[in-house]
Amino acid sequence: MYDTIIIGKGPAGISAAIYLKRSNKHVLVIGKDNGSLYDGVMIDNYYGFPGGITGTELIERGVKQATEFGIEVLKEEVIAIDKLDHFTVTTNKNTYNAKTVLLATGKPRTTLRIKGFQQYKGKGISFCVTCDGFFFRGKRLALIGFNDFMLHELKDMEFLTDKITVFTNGNPLTVPVEGYPVIEDKITEITGDGEIAKGIQTENGHYEVDGIFIALGSPGAVDFATRIGALVEGTNLVVNDDFQTNIEGLFAAGDTVGGVLQVAKAAADGMHAAIALKKLLKK
Amino acid sequence: MAITITKENFKNVVLDSKEPVLVDFWAAWCRPCQMLGPIVDSLSTEVEGLAKVVKINVDEQPELANEFRIMSIPTVLVFKNGKVANQAIGVRSKDELRKLLGV
Repeated sequence: MYDTIIIGKGPAGISAAIYLKRSNKHVLVIGKDNGSLYDGVMIDNYYGFPGGITGTELIERGVKQATEFGIEVLKEEVIAIDKLDHFTVTTNKNTYNAKTVLLATGKPRTTLRIKGFQQYKGKGISFCVTCDGFFFRGKRLALIGFNDFMLHELKDMEFLTDKITVFTNGNPLTVPVEGYPVIEDKITEITGDGEIAKGIQTENGHYEVDGIFIALGSPGAVDFATRIGALVEGTNLVVNDDFQTNIEGLFAAGDTVGGVLQVAKAAADGMHAAIALKKLLKK
Repeated sequence: MAITITKENFKNVVLDSKEPVLVDFWAAWCRPCQMLGPIVDSLSTEVEGLAKVVKINVDEQPELANEFRIMSIPTVLVFKNGKVANQAIGVRSKDELRKLLGV
């Protein structure tokens, strides 16, 4: 059991990890990619780097600093978190347990910009099989996705119905799907009767369905957190002055909570969250 | 505490109400609903006399859930003069819910 699992290896996540580790907390960092600090980004307004530093190098230095302190940093993709008496974090490779979780995944970058999507959200389009699946027992369901995240949702969906079609929206399938049709066309529209969604229009055909579940790309902090009831405003997780969400033990820091999207602010968030986490773990 | 609504008292308490009514559609197994529950209860105390705040369990009242085409929970509907005037899906803050009620 870890004291804290930190999801995200950017400035917020790694800063928090370092502060926690130096207080002898048992921490694990799980990060998939560099998020918005990719190679093409030059950071030239952060303290201590004359001439600037690329996003990739900054991340690499942060990870190196963390591992030199003895912090485990795993390159895995988190696909779900859950909370019963403690937190479980499920990745594409394993499941980890922790007393607390810090979400520092940055801003989500996957949305579906197609006609009908905004209109039918919550009216036939759902983002959470375990939350809304109940309303679609025995119905014809579409699952939009192409990777481990999709497969995780597909497993939950099999309890509801066997009439499932997977739509990859033009993405190549990266996981095996057995027993269900897979449509690899690009989706052009979510069709409906004005009140609820009724189908999926792709480049090459129309498919009538009763419900549409989205598990596209990589889930971000907001995806994990809303499934267990965290409060979200717009695209930001809502936190208190201690960077704790409305769920005890679930913290968030950095771009995930909004404000200025800057390295200095993310690092400061991470530090503040770590101090609050230490207090909570002492209880 | 928010009042529990069934199909027997729905018309009387919600549709015929003179004050605006916020209805929380929920279920015991729904994790986000468990987080919204205390927020809704607290709102019900705060707006007492100005508006009503009630709950409908979708497992126990499938007819009502069906009638309002609830497909995602928690869903919050605000009724004014017997008609749906506002709605929201997912966990919301007390301030946001109060804005939906308009009191």
